[in-house]
Amino acid sequence: MRRLPKALVIGAVISAAFLAIALVSLVWTPHPVTGVSISERLQPPSAAYVLGTDQLGRDLASMLMIGAQTSIAVALIAVGIGIGLGVPLGLAAAANRGSLLDEIIMRGNDLIFAFPSLVIAILITARYGPSATNAILAIGIFNIPVFARVARGGALPLWTLDYILAARTAGKGRARISVEHILPNIMNLLIVQATIQFSLGILAEAALSYVGLGAQPPTPSWGRMLAEAQTMIYTHPMLAILPGLAIVVMVLGLNLLGDGLRDALDPRLRRRLA
Amino acid sequence: MLRYIAIRALSLSLSLVVASVVIFALIEVIPGDPASFMLGLNATDETLAALRTELGLDGSKLERYFAWIGGMLTGDFGTSYTYRVPVAELVLDRIWVSLPLAIYALTLSTLIAFPVGILAAANRGGALDYGVMGGTQLGIAIPNFWFAMLLVLLFAVTLQWFSAGGFPGWENPGAAIKSLTLPAIALALPQASILARVMRSALLETLGQDYIRTARAKGLTRRQAVLRHALKNALIPVLTIIGLQFSFLLAGAIIIENVFFLPGLGRLIFQGITQRDLVVVESVTMLLVFAVIVVTFLVDIAYAIVDPRLRRR
Amino acid sequence: MIAIERLTVDIHGAPILNEVSLRIAQGEVFGLVGESGSGKSMTALALMGLLPDGATAGGAVRLDGANLLEKSEAGWCAMRGNDIAMIFQEPMTALNPVQTIGAQVAETLTIHGTQDRRVALKIARDRLDRVGLSHVGLDAYPHELSGGQRQRVCIAAAIALHPRLLIADEPTTALDVTTQAQILDLLRDLVAEENMGLLLITHDLAVVSGMADRIAVMRKGEIVETGPTAQVLTERRHAYTRALLAASAHAPDRAAASRPEVLLEVEKVERTYPGRREGFRRGPPVQAVDGVSFTLSEGESLGLVGESGCGKSTLTRAILGLDPVQAGDIRLFGQSIVPHMPRALRAGIQVVFQDPYGSFNPRWRVERLVAEPFHLLDTPPTGSDRRDRVAEALSAVHLSPDDMEKYPHEFSGGQRQRIAIARALITRPRIIVLDEAVSALDVSVRARILDLLAELQGEFGLSYLFVSHDLTVVRAITDRVIVMQAGRFVETGDTRSVFDAPQHDYTQALLRAAPRLDLAS
Repeated sequence: MRRLPKALVIGAVISAAFLAIALVSLVWTPHPVTGVSISERLQPPSAAYVLGTDQLGRDLASMLMIGAQTSIAVALIAVGIGIGLGVPLGLAAAANRGSLLDEIIMRGNDLIFAFPSLVIAILITARYGPSATNAILAIGIFNIPVFARVARGGALPLWTLDYILAARTAGKGRARISVEHILPNIMNLLIVQATIQFSLGILAEAALSYVGLGAQPPTPSWGRMLAEAQTMIYTHPMLAILPGLAIVVMVLGLNLLGDGLRDALDPRLRRRLA
Repeated sequence: MLRYIAIRALSLSLSLVVASVVIFALIEVIPGDPASFMLGLNATDETLAALRTELGLDGSKLERYFAWIGGMLTGDFGTSYTYRVPVAELVLDRIWVSLPLAIYALTLSTLIAFPVGILAAANRGGALDYGVMGGTQLGIAIPNFWFAMLLVLLFAVTLQWFSAGGFPGWENPGAAIKSLTLPAIALALPQASILARVMRSALLETLGQDYIRTARAKGLTRRQAVLRHALKNALIPVLTIIGLQFSFLLAGAIIIENVFFLPGLGRLIFQGITQRDLVVVESVTMLLVFAVIVVTFLVDIAYAIVDPRLRRR
Repeated sequence: MIAIERLTVDIHGAPILNEVSLRIAQGEVFGLVGESGSGKSMTALALMGLLPDGATAGGAVRLDGANLLEKSEAGWCAMRGNDIAMIFQEPMTALNPVQTIGAQVAETLTIHGTQDRRVALKIARDRLDRVGLSHVGLDAYPHELSGGQRQRVCIAAAIALHPRLLIADEPTTALDVTTQAQILDLLRDLVAEENMGLLLITHDLAVVSGMADRIAVMRKGEIVETGPTAQVLTERRHAYTRALLAASAHAPDRAAASRPEVLLEVEKVERTYPGRREGFRRGPPVQAVDGVSFTLSEGESLGLVGESGCGKSTLTRAILGLDPVQAGDIRLFGQSIVPHMPRALRAGIQVVFQDPYGSFNPRWRVERLVAEPFHLLDTPPTGSDRRDRVAEALSAVHLSPDDMEKYPHEFSGGQRQRIAIARALITRPRIIVLDEAVSALDVSVRARILDLLAELQGEFGLSYLFVSHDLTVVRAITDRVIVMQAGRFVETGDTRSVFDAPQHDYTQALLRAAPRLDLAS
């Protein structure tokens, strides 16, 4: 068993921890987050409230836990959209390189790249109102060209290899070859990119929630917690520091995981016989 | 080269047209009647009709689209429904905050990232390299608006070196730039981290190429080989990232205005959303997308300057 | 002039070179010969002080007496490009793509003291003229030049300061036969003119026999034999030298060929490529194959010879039914395969490619790889039946049936070609197309694969279409040969006649350019 890179282990542990917290929060949190209890507002950490309470009396720890749920759900589904639509497009473009289809897909990609997630979010929420779903769509749509580009970029050099010609001599069509031969060999690239986009999704969700375009009250979200804490940052800094720290640690963990995976999966680092 | 620029300009125009159609469709067409949206459920038929006339919603979709485009090309961005003032005026005031902020941040980010990335690549595996990799890992993970809050806490409140927010206007350029500095730093940090990593990996990739070996065989020292051969080639992937970064920086600038109470495009847009002022939202969005597409075009030109292989076509 | 004395190199403790010694005199061409892994490139890098990180070198490298291995890095930098220069194997990637060739040649001068840039460029112009590029401007970029031209630029940059020794590491291996001859001629002229030493590193004995005054044969990091070229090649004292020579000239025993049945007929085939896409338009179309015709009979071995870009790969793909043709007809086993090859026929013609590393999906085991062509059959065998068939194919190529559980990267280059041949055999085809199938292999491995191919031909009654640029190989294994140039056939005939008495100018030029192992003493 090869020794795994340190970054991979640390990153995996952190990511798994957050995932676990989010899953637990689906069924249990120390305190409910929907009620408002003004008498308990702004309490310092204590036995009852491990991290204290916020300006509406809600338990910070519980808020952070459900915030994890929100962030992970949004980022995860957004990655799913990106992979589900982007990878087939990228594979199709590579399989038909130089054709009109390829040109159209590449142009389409460039077009979406001109619309940052924030702008897409603005366009959607302007008519449909802010919500977690709209945040998912905004982030997810931007993920599509990212994955399409990575898939196409990884697939193109493979199409020139002889084993693809051998598969064609064996009578296989382009679509089948894309699935049987190309896809498994770009899997590494896609996995690494998925962790990167996941961490970017967490940051994007936080930013959208911060400006009010993400998950709406009463659903807690780290970004909105920061927005609400902003006015009290001089008197109660912890309200602003804790959610921010949560974001930093989670994203850090995911990035380490991504880096570690990239190193572990790099074929150049694997030993091969002449 | 000229032909390359012409083709890129054509591509740019095409992208702008398609983008404008998308924006128009998403705001005015697909979700239904703009007027009833803006006035809400309780609007009477008369007020709806009045609004429709005012907004020019009487014409067919095609007519309205061309009216909108034509207006923008002549500088008429429509009239804001909530402020009753031409959108162009509103935008002009505010864009002189958002755009300089984005450019300031881009400049800072590049100035920091290049030397850091180059040093890390030159020092590969060494203490400096690990330090840079660790530092940038952290930098990437920090949300820029949160970092901004911390900066305010430290530099404005505690140390009192900067004001905590606000923008004094461009009459006093020094003061204006000073008020944009903390926001620019907050924006620049995560982007500089990304850019430094890209610079480093692009350089390392280039250093493994055959022409570096040829250069060394001619008698160049390691350092000379890096500076004269590797750097220019490494620029190509770096340029791509810089182009993408601008769009993120512009979006980030809009978000970060919230922390510093800057009178930029951010407040305009978000208020426009809350107040259902579709005229403002439509035109400002188009402007943002326009800025991004133009920057992409400039990056394409820069590519051709750096990489002669692109100039043929 | 230059002496290597008992040079020993380790990399991270692993021995790479063991007590290598040789001398090169001014004006002498010294050939360093060996197969891959013999250490010849490492020797060259040691001479340049460009050994990889983690390498330790013992012994001495003396230029005019001083031991270069004791030099500081600054000392080495002063020497490289100045006293000792080097050119490498892959001219396509050896030049900086974003810098003009004038600047790159001039750089050698400016690095070593020529202050004035204009003077340096003037000298660069002179050098580029000297290497035969007088029609190419100083502000040309590498991507505008062919492989041969790029190698000339590298040579110009290397000799810019009249070095005492030029090291050429496989300088022509990646080039066409005719280009190779030109570059070798150029090097020979330069040696005479500049009175410099040339250390020519190659795996090709034929090249070295025509160029070198003295040679050394290397194997596994050691020199096994050294001496004047003619002497070493005729006396062949060392067993390895004998084996190497035998393999280079090896022609397998082949049964007499050809029964009358014609399996493949190609008639006036034309293949045109659409031009490259430029935005939304296309450039002018490219005529890759321009009206060619030939036949292949049962049991016959037909060679298709030509340099890169002549259209042979394109024609091959058309014959395999992988690409369409714009005009003409191809009939396989009597049936036309234009415009579409009937699925039933595909199993009858299979292919073996050149690159042992790109030929297999690295994630598939050998069993799945060899069995892939079963996709062509209406009822492909499954389960133990399939495994039996794969085992049968592996045995035929002298591999063990257990090998089907392994992954491609666990095998050597020669073994991977055997697996590729097994894959080609699995559907029991009647024709196998071999597209540069032995070009990437070491000489001794190549000889064994050629033997295998001859054996299989006898055993299964196969017909071969042998596509190659390597005339020696084609001569050894084909009955008839076709010479192709710029999309057309310029000469065909039985191999011996064409090679001994070529009729067409191009064939003659090819044969003249091809280095021959001249063993007559």
